[in-house]
Parts: sequence; structure tokens; C-alpha cells
Amino acid sequence: MHDTVPTQVRTVQITRLAGNGRWKMPTGDRLISLLLLAPSVVAIAVFIYGFIGFTGFASLTRWDSLVPDFSFVGMHNYVVLFSTTRFQIDLRNTVTFTVLFLVCCLSIGLSLALMLDRGIRGEGVFRSIFLFPLALSFIVTGVVWRWLLNPGSVQLGSTGINLLFDLLGLGFLKTGWYTDPRIGIKAVVIAATWQMSGYVMAMYLAGLRGIPEELREAAIVDGATGFQVYRHVILPLLHPITLGAIIILGHISLKIFDLVVAMTGPGPGFSSDVPAFFMFDTTFRGDNFSQGAGIAVIILIMVAVLIVPYLLYSLRAEAQP
Amino acid sequence: MPRVATYTALTVLAAIYLLPIYVLIITGLKSFEEVNLYRMWDLPAAFSLETFARAWLGSESQGFRGLSNNFWNSVRLTVPATLLSALLGSINGYVLSKWKFRGADGLFMLLLFGMFIPYQSILIPLVQALRSIGLYGSIAGLIFAHVVYGIPITTLIFRNYYATVPGELVEAAKIDGAGIFGIYKSVMLPVSMPAFAVVMIWQFTSIWNDFLFGVIITPRPAVQPITVALNNLAGSYIVEWNVQMAGALLAALPTMLVYILLGRYFMRGLLAGSLKG
Repeated sequence: MHDTVPTQVRTVQITRLAGNGRWKMPTGDRLISLLLLAPSVVAIAVFIYGFIGFTGFASLTRWDSLVPDFSFVGMHNYVVLFSTTRFQIDLRNTVTFTVLFLVCCLSIGLSLALMLDRGIRGEGVFRSIFLFPLALSFIVTGVVWRWLLNPGSVQLGSTGINLLFDLLGLGFLKTGWYTDPRIGIKAVVIAATWQMSGYVMAMYLAGLRGIPEELREAAIVDGATGFQVYRHVILPLLHPITLGAIIILGHISLKIFDLVVAMTGPGPGFSSDVPAFFMFDTTFRGDNFSQGAGIAVIILIMVAVLIVPYLLYSLRAEAQP
Repeated sequence: MPRVATYTALTVLAAIYLLPIYVLIITGLKSFEEVNLYRMWDLPAAFSLETFARAWLGSESQGFRGLSNNFWNSVRLTVPATLLSALLGSINGYVLSKWKFRGADGLFMLLLFGMFIPYQSILIPLVQALRSIGLYGSIAGLIFAHVVYGIPITTLIFRNYYATVPGELVEAAKIDGAGIFGIYKSVMLPVSMPAFAVVMIWQFTSIWNDFLFGVIITPRPAVQPITVALNNLAGSYIVEWNVQMAGALLAALPTMLVYILLGRYFMRGLLAGSLKG
């Protein structure tokens, strides 16, 4: 690996070559290959890393109106942010949403995959049904579930899921859904799980299909029951898939925005508000750019804490033969 | 678990997963006289496309715009953006897999992180930058944003795909005198179709379904993509709920069709997104 050459050695080499006036400039196809990559590298450098840097800088300034004001205020915006009630609620909602969303998607996704992996008839049809909400926009999902979880009213009667509960004789299950501040963001978890659990199912199913039949057979020959095969052979082999799913779902839930916008908005007492929505409100409706930049940086840090270790780990795994 | 129980569980779950789609479709097909929030689950008595017509064309008397114009905005946005990002991803993937250079892996790592960043962390400077190059508020600006922020995922899929093309083929072409473009044309491109299908379906779906860039970059309703217009429609108190549902179905139609017709590639794109490609 070139990367493992110590920096010192590399510097020495370059100096020596430069000293001889023979620093190797890439030529021919090698030069063209670098030129082909250059526009993307520049775009990523500017539009991702440069912009992140700018946002970080803006969060340390007093830019709180349409006119940019770059006077440095240090951590002031963050101090204000963390003492703002709405932001405290948002962070709590993010934790609630992430935990519930992960638990629901992983358990439903795994159950679906295990059931579908038993060689049942019509597997393709079932798989398509569970996967298909993934093709939709969060906005579409939000609009539909807003009406499905609309509780109706005392005067006019129940509607949506509550009405369905009535029709099925399950009236005791009726609740106010997202109109009830005690439920709030948890109602959004239902819609998000409907949309994303099929994804987890597909990941687990791909993992299950990758497990050699001999392994199961060997376990059965050794006297393991069906349950034991799953518990001690299959499930441990699915751990990498679970990790991958946690990363994918986790980063989606930390930055969830569209679904909340279309389904509930911030809700009563910000009970379904999330940092991304607060960022949008603060920045593009309230024109408080430095404060909005601060929220953005915090969302980015949360995502990075989740993603970076995983990327390093999988890149190292890839590098090893 | 006995077989019968498995089938029962799967059937019940499938019915639950289909419920929202059931409501979406039957609501759209009911006439205005028949629509009733408190009889949401009843089948329509007669077939009517009245609701879809209103969602598509809008209503002058009620004073809201239909989605037709925004639907075509989304088409004008999604098609070029998809093609451009597939082309860019293919070139990047080719260079990163077959013309490796010192630091290529580190660069790839930086690229991958770009796939996961929350776009909130780049929105403020993005708006400023698009303003200064005159693309703010236009479909061209949206295309630009989608192509740039699509680079990581499209590059990842192509790089992983091209990595499976044997190096001997490339070497053989080199010995035959092919240059960097010749190898791309004669070795890589002919086997690239599956990767192009996966990338294009992935980009088509995510660009069509995008809301964040649309709502930030195009404030004018006449230029907005359909997701933004649908959200405005749904947030308006003068628009009936059945019209909102019909609008949601219209917005969902293209990606649903892609999923139904090309589901196989759709799956592969999903799994590529999880780095397992």
C-alpha cells in the first residue's frame, strides 16, 4: 500500500527528485486519468468539505439577518442553542425517534426475512409488497399517514386508523396519534417504519442467501434443533448486516426532515419537532443564519460519530485480502 | 414455526403494508359527492377520475394550482440530472478502479463520507454559491446540486462494479495499443449496462423524491418540483383531503412504475447503498 509509506520518506524522495530537476510529472494516460477525476475532486472539495467549513465558520459569527455579519462571537450561538427549550426538545425527540425507529425496523425486517427465507410460495410477491414503500417520497408517505393517523373528532367521529379500530372492534386502541403531545414523534416512527422496514428485510434476506447450506446442515447433523440453528449459527452470521442496517437507518433518522414536514410539522409543544426542521425554520424562515449553521453543525457531528468509525472499519476490511 | 402460521403472518403483514396504498387509490377514485373522511375505508360506489383531474389541473374557483406544471418540472429536472450523474460516476469509477494512484483510497474515503453528510450542513453556502453563479431559483440550479451531491453514490457503485472487471482484460487492451479512452470504450462500456441501470434507477428515484433541495433552491412555485408542490397542496386549508391523496399518487407514479418494471435493479441499488454492493 502506497498509503503506508511514512510521510518523511516520501518528502525525502520528492526533495531528492526535485533537487535533480527530475520531479516526475504524470504523463500520457496517467495525466489524463487525473484530469478526468479532477472536476469531481474539486466539486467534492468545494461543495462538501469547503461548504462544511463555511457552515462551521458561520456558526461562530453574528450573522442573524439577511445581511451577512461575520463578526466573531465564539461559541455564543451554541450556548444559546443548548439553552433553547425547542432545541432541547428536538434532541430528545431525535433520540426517541432513532431508538424506536431502529428497534421497529430491525425486528420487523429480520422477522420478515426469516419468514421469507423458508422457501415459501409467492415469496417474490410478498417481497415486492414489503419493499415497495421504499420507492415513494417521504412527502408522499407523510401526506398519506397524516390522514391515516388523523384521529377525527369527538363530534364527527373517528377517521383513519382509529376508524379502522372501531370497525374491527378494537376501539380501545384509539388514540390521538400525532395530535397528542405525549405521542408526537412516535407517530412519525410508524410511518417511517412502514417505509423503511422493507429495506432491512432486503438486507437480511441478501445476508441469509449468502449463508452456505452446508453450515445449517452440519449444525442439524450435530443434533441442533431448528431454533438452535437460528440462535447459534444463522443470527451470529447476520451481525455485519445488523451493523450496516443500524448505520443506514441511524443516519437517516438523525437528519429526518421531509417526513416530519409533510406529516406533522413541529406539532403541539414541538412534540414532533426535529433538529433538521428547527434548522430550516431558523435559517430560511427566520433568517438567523449563524444559529441555523450551529444546528447544522450539531446534526453533522451526530452523523459523523455514527458514520466515520464504520467507514474506517469497512475500508480496512476491504483493503485486507 | 409451522408453515401455516408463517403464511398467515405474512398475509396479515402484507395486508397492513398495503392499507395506505389501498386508501390512496380508492380515495382518488371516489367522486366528490362520495368522499367522506368518516367513511375512509369504504370502496367507491362508482368510478370517477374527477379527483385526479382536480389535483392535476388545480381549481381556479378555489384558487389553487394543480400539479401538472410541477410534474413536468420534475421530469425536466430528474432526467438530465440522472444522465449527467451516471456519466460522471462511470468516469470516476473507472479511474478509481483501473487507474489507481497514490492516495486513491484516501480520496475514496473522503468521497464516501460525502454520501452520508446531512445536507443541512452545506445548505447555507450552497444557496450563496448558486446565487453568485446565477443558478439560484432555477431548475438548472437543482440539476447542478443533484449532480454534485450525487457524485459519491454514483462513483461508489461504478467503482465497486468495475473492480470486478479482471485487470488482465485491461492489460491485454493496453498491449493491443489501446489508450485510456480506448480501454473505457472497448472493455468497460460494453459490460457496464447493469451498473448504469442500477445507478440511473437509484438517482432517478432519489432525485424525483427529493424535497430538501427543491424547497431550498426553488422558492418560486412555477419552478418547484412535484414533491414541494405536493407539500404545499397538503399544507393548504382550502384543498380537500381527497385531492391531496390524488396528488400524492400522481407524485408517486413515476417511481412506482420504475419499481414495478425494474425492481431487480432497484434492489441492487439499495444494497449498494449499504456498501455491500
